[in-house]
Amino acid sequence: MKINRREFIKANAIAAAATVAGISVPVAASNLITNSEITKLKWDKAPCRFCGTGCSINVATMDDKIVATHGDINSPVNKGLNCIKGYFLSKIMYGKDRLTSPLLRMKDGKFDKNGDFTPISWDQAFDIMAVKVKATLKEKGPTAVGMFGSGQWTVQEGYAAVKLMKAGFRSNNIEPNARHCMASAVAGFMRTFGIDEPMGCYDDIEAADAFVLWGANMAEMHPILWTRVTDRRLSAPHVKVAVLSTFENRNFDLADNGMIFTPQTDLAILNFIANYIIKTNRVNKDFVNKHTNFRLGNTDIGYGLRPEHALEQKARNNSAGNTGGSEPMTFKEYAKFVSSYTAEYVSELSGVPVDKLNALAELYADPDTKVTSFWTMGFNQHTRGVWANNLVYNIHLLTGKISTPGNSPFSLTGQPSACGTAREVGTFSHRLPADMVVKNPKHRAFAEKIWKLPEGTVPPKPGYHAVLQNRKLKDGELNFYWVQCNNNLQAAANINEEVFPGYRNPKNFIVVSDPYPTVTAQAADLILPTAMWVEKEGVYGNAERRTQAWYQQVNAPEGARSDLWQLVEFSKRFITDEVWTKELLDKKPEYRGKTLFNVLFENGNVNKFPLTEIPKDRLNFESRDFGFYLQKGLFEEYATFGRGHAHDLAPYEIYHQGRGLRWPVINGKETLWRFKEGSDPYVKAGKGFEFYGKPDGRAIIFALPYEPAAESPDKEYDLWLSTGRVLEHWHSGSMTQRVPELYKAMPDALVYMNPDDAQKRNLRRGDLVKLISRRGEVLTRVETRGRNKPPIGLVFMPWFDASRLVNKLTLDATDPISKQTDYKKCAIKIEKV
Amino acid sequence: MKNLIMVSISLSLLILSFTLTAQAEEIATLRDGTAISEQKKPNFIPKIVNTDILHARNYPMQPPLIPHKIRNYQINLEVNKCLSCHSRSRTEDSQAPMVSVTHFMDRDGNFLAEVSPRRYFCNQCHIPQADIKPLVGNTFKDMHTLMKEKIRDMKVH
Repeated sequence: MKINRREFIKANAIAAAATVAGISVPVAASNLITNSEITKLKWDKAPCRFCGTGCSINVATMDDKIVATHGDINSPVNKGLNCIKGYFLSKIMYGKDRLTSPLLRMKDGKFDKNGDFTPISWDQAFDIMAVKVKATLKEKGPTAVGMFGSGQWTVQEGYAAVKLMKAGFRSNNIEPNARHCMASAVAGFMRTFGIDEPMGCYDDIEAADAFVLWGANMAEMHPILWTRVTDRRLSAPHVKVAVLSTFENRNFDLADNGMIFTPQTDLAILNFIANYIIKTNRVNKDFVNKHTNFRLGNTDIGYGLRPEHALEQKARNNSAGNTGGSEPMTFKEYAKFVSSYTAEYVSELSGVPVDKLNALAELYADPDTKVTSFWTMGFNQHTRGVWANNLVYNIHLLTGKISTPGNSPFSLTGQPSACGTAREVGTFSHRLPADMVVKNPKHRAFAEKIWKLPEGTVPPKPGYHAVLQNRKLKDGELNFYWVQCNNNLQAAANINEEVFPGYRNPKNFIVVSDPYPTVTAQAADLILPTAMWVEKEGVYGNAERRTQAWYQQVNAPEGARSDLWQLVEFSKRFITDEVWTKELLDKKPEYRGKTLFNVLFENGNVNKFPLTEIPKDRLNFESRDFGFYLQKGLFEEYATFGRGHAHDLAPYEIYHQGRGLRWPVINGKETLWRFKEGSDPYVKAGKGFEFYGKPDGRAIIFALPYEPAAESPDKEYDLWLSTGRVLEHWHSGSMTQRVPELYKAMPDALVYMNPDDAQKRNLRRGDLVKLISRRGEVLTRVETRGRNKPPIGLVFMPWFDASRLVNKLTLDATDPISKQTDYKKCAIKIEKV
Repeated sequence: MKNLIMVSISLSLLILSFTLTAQAEEIATLRDGTAISEQKKPNFIPKIVNTDILHARNYPMQPPLIPHKIRNYQINLEVNKCLSCHSRSRTEDSQAPMVSVTHFMDRDGNFLAEVSPRRYFCNQCHIPQADIKPLVGNTFKDMHTLMKEKIRDMKVH
């Protein structure tokens, strides 16, 4: 309807006059509702459902529905702000196609891998799942059972899943999608510092004099942190921003020094900076002598491909024990190692002009400039991602610019609880809570003691990592697979050759829990309708070690149940005798005949807290169903792993009161900067700095070279393809594509191209094209004028679009140390259709 | 009347039973009934709504959507094109809505003399809309609709 302002006022005046002249109707007489009984909103808080920034959200409910959300003014993270996704959180739970019943592929009333999805009851769903698990365990043992979870699980969900898999089914085949996201960051931390997660915090932003972005598109992927960087840069004019990327993106709008480099050459640039610091005599010798060691890392470590791949056949050090190996070296030897990375050589390799490289290096070298480095997927999704993480720590350690306000090498995370759940709980195939690992017998014993389980319950051998899980599904060696809280058929690399064939392998039974019918659900055998976000109580942990809790605020749609409820309820289907060996049960005969629910969740810890501890006016479906305060019990049992071990968490109820605390929390006080005396209570007096993750308290500076990518453009496949995310959508878009405003803002995944590259192929904006790699094809349309401006020879296509699956093209090469996929580099060609 | 109700109930049951079983290929709503190994021909790049007619907000705190094109709008270290119409001093000439008063507040809630730099990149919260239909409906009800329903219920009782 088109009507101008004057016409609108006139039309309304008539309506208003009629109301005045008419009979008085009590409440609705006015066009403004004033009765406070009706206008009252119930406000509560919750961390945002999306990225790793961890903004706090104020959530308004009315009649069991969310009606409004906005940035929490009391949160130190976002201080009242949200990004566009955050502002539309109110609508993510209300997509018309919410799932409300389990759906099983059936034909003639029975399960059939090629049947149609048919509604069944929860009982029937768990029946068939239990049959499949038991048959798999009997036939092949625990290594054929697996689970793929998420950095979007709550802490309690991840913890319950670890217990069910590692202790219940005795399988280490549990992984989070966070493997795709920050495994290289974890391995980088463990290798350099011996303890995971950033030493600094977001307060570094307001204290820094310079920011360097290394493959982090913060303007789109961490928008609220970007508002803080922008605020700092624009309100303090001396502050400088340097941005490195393989294509121009929105961060360049704020850049004083914007640099586009050839993919993979970030390794060389990092070594150049170290060389520059040494050559200009700006090494912080006192710091380096007291707090660091030097080591030479193994090279030629392969690309994490299947062993028969030509690249793996050729690599010298790609065997499991070798990829992360290193030997001690001296500072002098290290200086010699990096000396070949001169400005001229690196400029030629990377395409970044010498003056820009020097200006970048000077930010780090100048002792009076406090530098914060940020990185996310550019470093982590990299076949040398662990190296990239090690190399950036090198330059912060050489200059001593670390663990003090503004001096911060800062690894950002993608998911709301990548840190809290995936990393801290340890939902990885090799991990246990609080940085412990299954390989270490002491760690296993520690876990078994807390869990009150017989010695030897947790298997010592790490399970299949995320990419290996897909390969094992395809090979028919992983046969029962439960996917929760992620959309891996859209998110995993090389879905054509590895992932999709694995899900559809007739030997396998695939369960997918999701609120919505995603691409992954489409490939499943059984779909479980899942409650989400504030339809359940939970805890998330953000990128600055901040732990935040929320209460359930609305009821889930009838039929939908949270991941937590699913995990715990399913454990009732198993008697220990069915899943554990006789010799294990002989060690604790009283557990004979008990269900996994009895031994894992009714163990005196998890069921310790009565329902009376839940405020009366609070919803809590799971606890009221199981009869005890489940979320508190899980949290408190989990917290015993980290208390006294530099991962201290506060009592559970504290997190319901404030806006989160950064661990370690000692005597009620959070820790802002770790490893620095005075701000970290774990540093011993007189040490100054102490990297206590390492036995000698010293961090490691690694000598690691530049090595090429797994696949680079050649004559036939002549373009680099980089994939990634966009501001308007959260990851695979399963929530945000269902919000009309967000969908209309960014409806389709286009391929962003340099205008010259388009012209060379006789293409114009909007043309239909086919992107072809050695693994698959995808159709889309060309964008030459969008927000991303790639250089000649590189294209970018985001992966949020379920109808244009860019991961049909990508290569499942991984970092051999972290097992994280490189989604930023493969070779493709583009043809006009 | 009773017959009519019976007929419509059995009809809707019939429809329900049809929709209850879903072909595997149809389940992923955002793929428009396409098998994973297939792909539909992608639509044209849609036009951006450029009517200057304001969209109603879903709730008072929602950042208003942009009812016009913003292609080639620069927001960088040198210039902010949006503020050339929407800043306080420009609205008399432009007749564009002024940026919200919240945008003058710094992190600690103090009002500044100018728009706070933390709000500098307008497109982190404000987005234009393509002229297309949503892929999937959304059943979100705004507070006004819920309040009206309550008033209606009060009148009925």
